[in-house]
Amino acid sequence: MPFAPLLRSFMLCCLVVLSALALAATQAQAQAQTPAAMPAQGERLAAGLERFKADSFADTEAAVAAIAAAGSAQGVAILSALADRRLFAGAAGVFYRDAAGQAFDALTGQPATIPADAAMVRLNNRLRNVVQAALGTMTLLSPDPAQRVRAAEAVFRSRDASALVTIEAALTSEQNPRVRRAFEEARAAILLASADAPEELLIAAARRIAEAGDNDAISLLRQFAGQTTGGLKAVIDQGIVSIEQAQRIRAWGQTLWFGISLGSVLLLAAIGLAITFGVMGVINMAHGEMVMIGAYVTFVVQELFRNHAPHLLDWSLPLAIPLAFITAGLVGIAIERGVIRFLYGRPLETLLATFGISLVLQQAIRTWFGPTNREVSAPSYMAGSFEFVGLQITYGRLWIVVFTLCVFAALLLVLKATPLGLQMRAVTQNRRMASAMGIRTRFVDAMTFGLGSGIAGVAGVALSQIDNVSPNLGQSYIIDSFMVVVFGGVGNLWGTLVAAFTLGIANKLLEPFAGAVLGKIIILVLLILFIQKRPRGLFALKGRAVEQ
Amino acid sequence: MGFTRRGVLSAALGGATALATGYRPAFAQGAPIKVGILHSLSGTMAISETTLKDVMLMLIEQQNAKGGLLGRKLEPVVVDPASNWPLFAEKARELISKEKVSSVFGCWTSVSRKSVLPVFKELNNILFYPVQYEGEESERNVFYTGAAPNQQAIPAVDYLMSKDGGEAKRWVLAGTDYVYPRTTNKILEAYLISKGVAPADIMINYTPFGHSDWQTIVSDIKKFGSAGKKTAVVSTINGDANVPFYKELGNQGIKATDIPVVAFSVGEEELAGIDTKPLLGHLAAWNYFQSVKDPANDAFIKAWKAYKKSDKAVTNDPMEAHVIGFNMWVKAVEKVGTVDIDKVIDALPGITAPNLTGGVSTMLANHHITKPVLIGEVRADGQFDVVWKTSGLVPGDAWTDHLPGSKDLEADWVTLKCGNYNTVLKKCG
Amino acid sequence: MLTARFFRMIEGRGLVFLGIMALVALLVPLCNLYVPPGNPFHVSNGTVVLLGKYLCYAMFAVALDLVWGYCGILSLGHGAFFALGGYAMGMYLMRQIGTRGVYAHPVLPDFMVFLNYKDLPLTWWGFQHFPYAMLMVVLVPGLLAFVFGWLAFRSRVTGVYLSIMTQALTYALWLSFFRNDMGFGGNNGLTDFKDILGFNVQAQGTRAGLFIITCMALALTFIIARMIVASTYGKVLVAIRDGESRTRFLGYRVEHHKLLVWVVSAMMAGVAGALYVPQVGIINPSEFHPANSIEAVVWVALGGRGTLVGAALGAVVVNWLKTVFTTGWLAPYWLFALGGLFVLVTLAMPKGLIGVWEDVRARLANRKAIADAKASGAGSSDVRSPGPQVPR
Repeated sequence: MPFAPLLRSFMLCCLVVLSALALAATQAQAQAQTPAAMPAQGERLAAGLERFKADSFADTEAAVAAIAAAGSAQGVAILSALADRRLFAGAAGVFYRDAAGQAFDALTGQPATIPADAAMVRLNNRLRNVVQAALGTMTLLSPDPAQRVRAAEAVFRSRDASALVTIEAALTSEQNPRVRRAFEEARAAILLASADAPEELLIAAARRIAEAGDNDAISLLRQFAGQTTGGLKAVIDQGIVSIEQAQRIRAWGQTLWFGISLGSVLLLAAIGLAITFGVMGVINMAHGEMVMIGAYVTFVVQELFRNHAPHLLDWSLPLAIPLAFITAGLVGIAIERGVIRFLYGRPLETLLATFGISLVLQQAIRTWFGPTNREVSAPSYMAGSFEFVGLQITYGRLWIVVFTLCVFAALLLVLKATPLGLQMRAVTQNRRMASAMGIRTRFVDAMTFGLGSGIAGVAGVALSQIDNVSPNLGQSYIIDSFMVVVFGGVGNLWGTLVAAFTLGIANKLLEPFAGAVLGKIIILVLLILFIQKRPRGLFALKGRAVEQ
Repeated sequence: MGFTRRGVLSAALGGATALATGYRPAFAQGAPIKVGILHSLSGTMAISETTLKDVMLMLIEQQNAKGGLLGRKLEPVVVDPASNWPLFAEKARELISKEKVSSVFGCWTSVSRKSVLPVFKELNNILFYPVQYEGEESERNVFYTGAAPNQQAIPAVDYLMSKDGGEAKRWVLAGTDYVYPRTTNKILEAYLISKGVAPADIMINYTPFGHSDWQTIVSDIKKFGSAGKKTAVVSTINGDANVPFYKELGNQGIKATDIPVVAFSVGEEELAGIDTKPLLGHLAAWNYFQSVKDPANDAFIKAWKAYKKSDKAVTNDPMEAHVIGFNMWVKAVEKVGTVDIDKVIDALPGITAPNLTGGVSTMLANHHITKPVLIGEVRADGQFDVVWKTSGLVPGDAWTDHLPGSKDLEADWVTLKCGNYNTVLKKCG
Repeated sequence: MLTARFFRMIEGRGLVFLGIMALVALLVPLCNLYVPPGNPFHVSNGTVVLLGKYLCYAMFAVALDLVWGYCGILSLGHGAFFALGGYAMGMYLMRQIGTRGVYAHPVLPDFMVFLNYKDLPLTWWGFQHFPYAMLMVVLVPGLLAFVFGWLAFRSRVTGVYLSIMTQALTYALWLSFFRNDMGFGGNNGLTDFKDILGFNVQAQGTRAGLFIITCMALALTFIIARMIVASTYGKVLVAIRDGESRTRFLGYRVEHHKLLVWVVSAMMAGVAGALYVPQVGIINPSEFHPANSIEAVVWVALGGRGTLVGAALGAVVVNWLKTVFTTGWLAPYWLFALGGLFVLVTLAMPKGLIGVWEDVRARLANRKAIADAKASGAGSSDVRSPGPQVPR
C-alpha cells in the first residue's frame, strides 16, 4: 500500500515538470515572437476596447475575453478598472481611472482626460464573475502576495483550465505559505473540474479540497459528488461528511458567538436603564429615545466629517461617543429637572410622564430629521469579517462586544470608585440619611439620571452600526431592556450583565429550532414564569430597602 | 353634539372659502374639488408614507397652476391615520362623509387597505392605492397603481434564472411575516416548482417586523448557498428590517456575485439610510427607478427636488404610481366632465397616462394598470442601474395563475362587472 | 328601599353619568335615523360610528380604572384582554361571511384559502354560533387573566414589576398574533365583515342598534363596577391599594381579592373589545401593541383615577382629541399633543379632569360660604374644602 502515495507523488512530479517545461516553452515562444507580436497585440486590444462602446452586456463580455487574450501590459489595469466601475467608454475612445483617480487612455496607457460623453461601462453579476476570472488568470504571477491569493481564489471559482500551466509553474518557486495553499487549492479545483485527468490526480485533488474545509470547498465537492463514480466518489463523499461534521461542531460555536453578540447588544441597550430604573427606581420609558438621540448624534457627527473632513471619517465614531454621552446626558438632566423630580415616590406616574416624553422626542426627531432612515456608515475597521478557529466573526459585532464590556467596566468604576458614585449609592440606599450627611441629593439625582441617559446615548452610537437610525429606533429596544433589567434583578449591575447574556444566548439557541418569532415568544413566556418564581429577578437585593 | 357644531362651523368656513375663491379669476366657477390624502404622518409607517403625501400635494399644486380641473380648484385634504389601522377606517370615513372628497389617494400596507375597504364600498368613493402588493383582490372602488405579483416577483425570478441573471438553481425566499410576503412566496414557490426546481432547493424563511438580529439567518443563507448550485435570495423583507439585514449581509461577506439578493421592498428611499458600499450588485425589482433616463422622469425629478427644496430628495416607485394614478383620475374626470363617483369609476378603465420610464400605462378592466418591469442593481450612490427590462408593458393580474384557489378567478369591471368572476362555475363570487 | 340603596351606591356623579348615557343612547340613534340629513339636529352615520368607538374605549377605561384606581394594579397590558374579546367577536363575524368571501369557500375565511389551509383550525370551531362566540368573548380574557393573575398575585409580584410583566404578556401576544401560522389572519387580522345575527353590519339600523347596545353595556359595566367598589369587598380592595402588606397582616387573603377584581376587569375589557370590532370593522394584532395599553392608562389618568366616571370621560376626551388632531394642518402634531398630555396630566392634574372640576366646585363653595359667613356677620371662615379622596 505505501506504493500508492509514492506513485501519486511521482505522477504529480511528472506533471509539474511537464508543465514547467511547457511554460518555459511558451515563454520562449513568446519572447521569440515579441517583435512581430507587438502590433497584433495592440490590434487585438483595440478591437476588444471597441466593443465596450456598444453598452450591451454581450459585447462587454466579448471585450473582456479579447483583452484577456491580448495579454497587453495595461490589460490588468483595464479589467481592474472595469471591475471597480472606473472604466468609461465614449465615441472618442475608452478611458480608465486608476485607484488614485488619475485618468488614462485605455489603448495607449498614456494619461488623458476623460471626455464628457464617455459613460461608465456597466456590468452585471455574471459579467463581474467573468471579469474576476479573467483577472485571476492574468494576475497569478503578480509580485504582490495578497494579489496572488486573490487571483488564486478567483481561479478556484472559475476553474479556468488555461490557468493550470501558470499555477504549476508558480508553485515550483512560490515561497509564501498562504499563497502556496491558495495555489494548491486552485490547482485541485481545476483538476477536479477537468474530467479527463487521471483518477489518482482527481482523488488527490478531492483530498486537497476536503482539507480546506470551508464553505467554498464543500460547495465544490457537492457539485461533483453527483457526477463521479468509484474511488473518487468515495473520497468526495467522505470529504463532504468530514466537512459537514466539522461544520456542525462549528455551528455550536457560531451560535454561542451570535448569542454573545446579541447579549451584548441587549446589555448595551439595558445598561443605562439599569442605572435609572435599577439604581434610582425611576421607570424611564423615554430610555429608548436616549438611545435614539445617541444614534442621531452619530449621524450628525458623521455628516459633518463627510462634508468637511472626509479623510478623517474613520474617526467620527470615537468622536461621537463623548458627544452622544453629553447630548443624551443633558437631555436626561433636563427631563429629570423638568419632570421627574416632581414625581419621586410615584413610580407609576413617572412611567406615564416619561412615556409622554418619549412620544414627543420621537415626533421631534421626525420633524427635524425627517421620518426616513439616516445613513451611518461603518468605519473601515468595523467592516467585514475574519475567521477565528473556523468561526466567522464580523468586526462590527466584535467591536460592539468589546465596547459593551468597556462601558460596563467604566460604569462599575464610576459607581464604585468615584465620589459621585459613592454619593449615588448613598442617596439610593437612604435618601434622608444621605441628605443629613451633607450630600446634595437633588444634584446627585440629576447626575445619576444624566449618567444613565448618557450611557443610553453611547449605546446609540454602537447600535447605529447594526440597526436603523430612524425615529423608531428606541421603541424596538425599550421592552427588551426592561426585561433584561427585571430578569437580572433591579439594582444589580452584575445581574443585568448575566441576564443580558443569558437572554441573548438562549434566544440564539432557540432560533434554529423555533424560528426567530416563536423563539422570542418562548423567551418572553419563560421570563414571565421565571418572575413568578423569583419576583425580584436573578440577583435580588436583600434587606429592608426592597420592601417599598 | 360637538360634532354638529363643528360641522356648522366648517360649513361656514367652507362657504367663506367658496366666497373668497369666487373672486379669483382662474377658478371662475364652483367650489373647489376636494382630494383626500390618506397617508400616515406619524408612527412607524411615517417613514414610507410621508413622501407620498408630499408628492400628492405637489401634483395638486401643479394641476392648480395649470388651471385646476373642470375650471375648479383642487383642494387637498390631508389626514394623519398615524399608522393605526382602525384609525385609517375612521379617517377614510371622515374624508368621504364629512369632507366630501371626490377621490382618495392613500394607504401603504395591505392591512390599511383592508381596513378602509369596507368604508369605500359603503360610502362609494375612489381609492388609488400606489404600492406593490400581493394581489388576490379587485374591488370596484379601488384602483391599484402599484405592481401585482406578476409585475414584479415573477419577472424578477425569470431574470435570475436567465443566463444574465446567473442561472440560479437554488432559492431562498426570505420575507417579513405578513400577507404580502406570504402570498408572494406562495406564488413564487408554485412558479419555481413548475419550472423544475426541486422543493429541497427552496428555503423559505419568515421574520417579524423590525427584525434586527440577522446573524443566524444570514449564516443559514450562506450555508444553504454552499450546495454547489448557484443560489439567489428573493427578499420580501419589509421596512426597518432591511437595514440590519443588508448590514449583516455586507459584514458576513455575502457578495452579489456569489449570492445575489433581489428585493421587492427596497427602493431609493430605503437605500438612503444604508451605507451601500457592501451592497453593490444586489438587485431590486420595480416598475420605476429614479435613474431611468427619460424626459418625463427628468422633469418630475427636477420638480420634486424644487418642491422639497433639497437636492438630495429621491424619488421612488410608489411615488411614480401616484403620479400615474393622479393623471389617470384627472383624465377620467375631464372625460366625463364631472367628479361624480360612479361616472369616474366607469370612465377610468381604458384611460391611459404616460409613466415616467418612457411608456404609456393603461388602466385595465380589473382596475390594475400596465407597467414595465425593471431590474436594477444597487449603485454606490444609493441609486439603481437598470440591468434588465421587460420588452413591453406587463398588464397587472389581480388573481394569480399559480395558486389553486385563484387561478379560476377573473376580475373585469367593464363587461362582467365583477371582481372575482369564477370562470369554471361561470358566476360572480 | 332597594332603589334608595341603589342610588346611594351609584352616587350623584354616577347618576349624572347614567343620565347622560340614557340620553345619548336615545337621542343619537333617533337623530341619526329619523332626522333628515341637512337638518342641524341630524347626526351623521360617521358620527354614530365614531361615538360608538369612543364609548367602547370608555368601557375599556372603566375596566382599567377598576383595577388601577381601586386596587392599585397598574396594568400595561390590558389591551390584550380588549383585543382577545375583539378577536372572539371577529371570528364569529368571519364565520358569518360564509360563501360571500372572494374565494366563495363555504367554511374557510379568505386568508385561510390563500394560505392553503385544508381544514378549519381547532381554535375556530364553534365560532359560527353566536352564543358560543359570546361565551368566548368573556371566557378567553377571563381565563388568561385568571392564569396570569393566579401566578402573579400568589408570588406577590407587585407594583412596577407587575406592570412590566403585563407589558411582557401583551407583547408576547402581539408577536404571536402577527404570526400567520397562528391562524388568526396575521398582520391583516380579520376584516370585511358582512352580518351580525343576520343584520348587515353596515346598515344604518344595525349601527344604531350596536350603538344602543354599547351604551347599555357601558352603563351596565359602570353599575357593576360601582357595586363592586361600594361593597365591603371594594373597601378591602382600597385597603390593598393603600397598604397591601398591612391588609395581609389584618388577615385578608390579598391574592384572592386581587384575582377576583382582575378577572372581572379583564372580562369587561373583553366585552368592550367585542363591541368595538363590528363598529370599527377590523381587528388585528396592533390592538395588542403595548403602546395602546399605555395610552389607555392615560385616558384614566386624564379623567381622574379612581372615579370610574372620570375614566370614561378621559377615554372620550382623548379620543376626540385624536380625531381632531389627525386632520388638516394639525396632522403632524398629534404625537406632540398626546405626549404633552401625558406630562401635563401627571404633573399638573394628578386627580384628573374630575379632580379639577371638584377643586373648582369646592373653591366656589368655599368662597360662597365665606361670603355667606361675612354676610351673616359671623367670624368663622373655617370652611374646608371636602376635596376628592384620590390616592397617589
